[in-house]
Amino acid sequence: MADTILFYIFAAFVLGGGVLTVTRRNSVHSALWLIVSLLGTAGLFLLRQAEFLFAVQIILYIGGVVLLILFVVMLVNLDETARLRQFNKAWWVALACAVVVGIEIWYVLNRGLETLEPGEAPQTAATIEGNTERLADVLFSEYLLPFEIASLLLLVAIVGSVVMAKKRI
Amino acid sequence: MLHPITNAHFLVLSAALLLIGTIGVLTRRNMVVILMSIELILNAVNINLVTFSRHFGDVHGQIFAIFVITVAAAETAVGLGILIALFRNRETVLADEVDLLKW
Repeated sequence: MADTILFYIFAAFVLGGGVLTVTRRNSVHSALWLIVSLLGTAGLFLLRQAEFLFAVQIILYIGGVVLLILFVVMLVNLDETARLRQFNKAWWVALACAVVVGIEIWYVLNRGLETLEPGEAPQTAATIEGNTERLADVLFSEYLLPFEIASLLLLVAIVGSVVMAKKRI
Repeated sequence: MLHPITNAHFLVLSAALLLIGTIGVLTRRNMVVILMSIELILNAVNINLVTFSRHFGDVHGQIFAIFVITVAAAETAVGLGILIALFRNRETVLADEVDLLKW
């Protein structure tokens, strides 16, 4: 019962925040609504017993990515942009494409729902070790190489963004 | 009386979030907002991955979500770097005014 109410609260966070992120004129407002949406997602992770991802979502997304976006919004002068037209001329094409994709997803979901029904995975709640230990166990044994490659990717991204943003190298 | 929450609820929610993000990417002119919409799309993917991780009762989906978050962070950093370079050269952040390579 509490789960159901919490799910709908977080869903309202996610969808309302998402819609307002996309529609706000001011970029700072967009970024703040993005925080609301990401917080809702973090709550949904908690409802699905992904505690580590909940923490990662808040620390990395809200603390890192949104902060970065806000920095750039402050750095780049967006005042004139806020006064201009906010949507493409071809926005109705985009909307039609999105509606088609939505119908497609809805169709696929409806077809697959019966196989999805048994749902509740039995062992998640009653495991001996916590979510973080299990994640670390799998990440550092089975996924060790992808983990190292991800660190390489982050290094490349850091160097790349510095090179991009620097005036003269 | 409210129904208990199933995995299907999460899937429908993530599909809706994906569509909102798609509409944002396709229709907005401001590149900062386009980057934020990409974050929304990646979040929808993460909700899906975590839901299926719970559905199958193992943590591999959550590992994938961690990698998605890593790639999202890298993508945002590089995208914002490009944005700053672009603003320095062209004085604009509107996506449809950057058409140097377009016919």
